[in-house]
Amino acid sequence: MAIPHLLVHDKRDNVGVVVVEGLKTGDEMLCVVTEDNTEFKLVAKHDVPIGHKVALTDLRVDDSIIKYGEDIGRVVAPVGKGEHVHVHNLKTKRW
Amino acid sequence: MGVRNFVAILPVDDISNAACEAVANNIQGTLALPHAYGRLQFGADLDLHFRTMIGTGSNPNVAACIVIGIEPGWTRKIVDGIAATGKPVAGFAIEQSGDIDTIARASRKAKEFVHWATELQREECDISDLWISTKCGESDTTSGIGANPTVGNMYDKLIPQGIHGVFGETSELTGAEHVCVTRAASPEAAEKFMRTFKAYQDEVIEAHKTSDLSDSQPTKGNIEGGLSTIEEKAFGNLEKIGKKVSFIDVLGPAEEPAQGPGLYFMDSSSAAAECVTLMAAGGFVVHTFPTGQGNIIGNPILPVIKITANPRTMRTMSEHIDVDVTGILSRELTLDQAGDKLIDMVIKTSNGRMTAAEALGHREFVMTKLYRSA
Repeated sequence: MAIPHLLVHDKRDNVGVVVVEGLKTGDEMLCVVTEDNTEFKLVAKHDVPIGHKVALTDLRVDDSIIKYGEDIGRVVAPVGKGEHVHVHNLKTKRW
Repeated sequence: MGVRNFVAILPVDDISNAACEAVANNIQGTLALPHAYGRLQFGADLDLHFRTMIGTGSNPNVAACIVIGIEPGWTRKIVDGIAATGKPVAGFAIEQSGDIDTIARASRKAKEFVHWATELQREECDISDLWISTKCGESDTTSGIGANPTVGNMYDKLIPQGIHGVFGETSELTGAEHVCVTRAASPEAAEKFMRTFKAYQDEVIEAHKTSDLSDSQPTKGNIEGGLSTIEEKAFGNLEKIGKKVSFIDVLGPAEEPAQGPGLYFMDSSSAAAECVTLMAAGGFVVHTFPTGQGNIIGNPILPVIKITANPRTMRTMSEHIDVDVTGILSRELTLDQAGDKLIDMVIKTSNGRMTAAEALGHREFVMTKLYRSA
């Protein structure tokens, strides 16, 4: 199997995790859903560091981010498919 | 069953650290455990102090223990608690003797204990005799993908064989508590878990917070590693208990399990050194510590095995890592293989291999304090 650029925990997730160093804007990522080993391709819209998340779909303010098939927080700024998702556009719903 | 034979020199209180360190300097093969507390504590905080002190001295990795305190009353209480295990223990109080005379007498006794402890031979034991704890640190998203599920895979394989296991980090289950509670083995364990979780939220977090904790939890290291929210961190944390096992009871901080073999939850801070110190005091003898960004923690009496799936961490600070599971990210290592690799390292560590943290001299012994002293 080719080495993936992005891993997704669960089919319901709307984000994946970059698992290679040096990912650049415009790179076509091989994405693997670890739950069932299905593959798809996605173009990165930002330089995203290893371990950071990328949106799998366009996301609007107040959408929930789903990872592990679970709600991990609220979108606070619009995010496009392939863009970096982190503390600048995702906030906790707790505390 | 222990996997080390330390002769510990345990201070009852902060002002007895100097005498303990002097004894450890005098007598090779001993280990001083200096800490910051033990004076004018009261109530539940004092109970936790005694439980941590007695639990640390009673840990099977400690073969014998010298206890030194400023006065004889609390010193005797800790000595008696440790003596209940049947191991050699002796207490010394500094008042009416001074440091120098106390150090001389304690050093003679420590030397006797070292000779006794170093005559003991390793004996073959069944893996079911192991008490294996877990707590992760400086986590990132690779923890949730690789290192934490590796620990979970280990528990899925070893808990059915009869080991004791424990996980904790009460505040770090925030956002995933509704999923964690479904892993309770009984309605009683579930009810106790939710009561414990809620108490931590109400009495610690809500009572003291000045913001949404986004400067503390996730930590700056977590955020650097890609974790954005406490919920995301919590679901990664939960990967450490695998897919099959359930927890049979909820322990207070530093409390020893009493329901027999199985997985336990311990009410504890998510700060690494505090949490691992509490688990050591609960009697655990090998610790599995997954990390993403590279937490460097160790513990004086509990060997801490580090696991990472992050290739950058492996490239930049590999001297801190015992088990490399970066192959999970590149799909060159299955979770099942990673779990076996960790079990192999647990066995090697139990047989005497020093962990990276032991070799690098990491001995973070950090007591949990519940509130200010009187």
